[in-house]
Amino acid sequence: MDFDLMITSFPKLLGATIVTLKLLSGSLFFGLFLGLFFAILRLNKNILINKFAYGYSYIFRGTPLLVQIFIIYFGLGQIEYLRTTFLWVILKEPYWCAIIAFTLNTGAYTSEILRSAFQTIKPGIIEAGKSLGISNKIIFYKIQIPIAIRQSLPAYGNEIILMMKGTSLASTVTLMDLTGVAKYIISTTFKPIEVFIVAGGIYLFMTFIIHNVIKYLEKKYSFQQ
Amino acid sequence: MELLAFGKTGWGDELFYATLMTIAVSITAMLVGFCFALIFTPLKLSKYKALNFVGNFYTTVIRGVPELLVIYLFFFGGSGAIMYVASIFGYYEYIEINAFITGSMAIGIISGAYSTEVFRGAIQSIDKGQFEAAKVLGINKFVQFYKIILPQMLRLAIPNLSNVWQITLKDTSLISVTGLVEIMRQSYIAAGSTRDPLFFYSFAAVLYLLLTYVSMKLINKLEVRYSRGY
Repeated sequence: MDFDLMITSFPKLLGATIVTLKLLSGSLFFGLFLGLFFAILRLNKNILINKFAYGYSYIFRGTPLLVQIFIIYFGLGQIEYLRTTFLWVILKEPYWCAIIAFTLNTGAYTSEILRSAFQTIKPGIIEAGKSLGISNKIIFYKIQIPIAIRQSLPAYGNEIILMMKGTSLASTVTLMDLTGVAKYIISTTFKPIEVFIVAGGIYLFMTFIIHNVIKYLEKKYSFQQ
Repeated sequence: MELLAFGKTGWGDELFYATLMTIAVSITAMLVGFCFALIFTPLKLSKYKALNFVGNFYTTVIRGVPELLVIYLFFFGGSGAIMYVASIFGYYEYIEINAFITGSMAIGIISGAYSTEVFRGAIQSIDKGQFEAAKVLGINKFVQFYKIILPQMLRLAIPNLSNVWQITLKDTSLISVTGLVEIMRQSYIAAGSTRDPLFFYSFAAVLYLLLTYVSMKLINKLEVRYSRGY
């Protein structure tokens, strides 16, 4: 055990954690909106719209995240037309490519979580709203969405943790996030175990925090029995 | 399309063998995972706090740390660890373990953590009366497990195990960082030499979709088989 290495690499890894957290919060923020959008499309009665939303979530859940990042980072740059548009400003940055890939990925999972949450809402609740003369829009925003959020909290907590682990793939497109820096230190010092303990410890600590925050929110928003 | 031709002119046969490699790694990793689950599930269900702790430590750490980090640990630390063990037995030559073994061990350990959770959940949801009835009838522990608990457990575990299989299959793409030539690595090579990354990575995505689709169909059949009588 090389404790000196563990101590000296800790600040470097902690600095890289900020990149990881930025990637995580960015992709979760955009992914939540994308997921909500596609969940609403999934509940649409029009078969075409429904199939489109299903296809989106199927493709992004059925392929590895690594493939998705590579298609966006290496693949899209190949299209000549894209290079001339303003999108190129975003797509040439590995940081934004990673965020786009993570957003699309987490959006697919989030849409499934929200869809099942919407479907578990008892029809009686919506009917009660209707019989009280509340408009459809208000039923959706004030009744369905709050219940769906509460229902989906445990599953969404898992998704946040999965996404946090997913951000480690950003290191494959030259971003120096926590895993990227850990790999760099391992490959220069050849002390994998020490670095793994420190980097893994930081990841576990973040998992621990996320887990407890979700647990707290679950308790806070649970139904009054 | 000529990019996908079989033979020397295209990448068809290379990608075909790469797909076989992905399947081979996934199955090996899944089996390695079952071995780990077989060890750690009883620990998690044990009466003793210390054994519980070991089981929980394994599943928590592996499920809380990125897969890529675990793969790097195995890739950079694997042969070092083997050489250390060998040196105890008086063997000091350089040992290199191949990428297939490192990769399937790393993914297997990850897959095992998920399988452990699935098995634990399945066993815990079996009615306590079943265990007690078996005990009262004087059935020994071995027969009790294989003939009474296991069949009921599998029915509950198969849907969740199919999720574990999907995760394992997708995780194998990460082994490409160690240089094992599976779908992802082969696409990377092909994309590099033809300068057509969009096509090859999209094709890789299609291959993965195909694998997940076919395996889902097969698992559904298995699910029907184990749900007989329900």
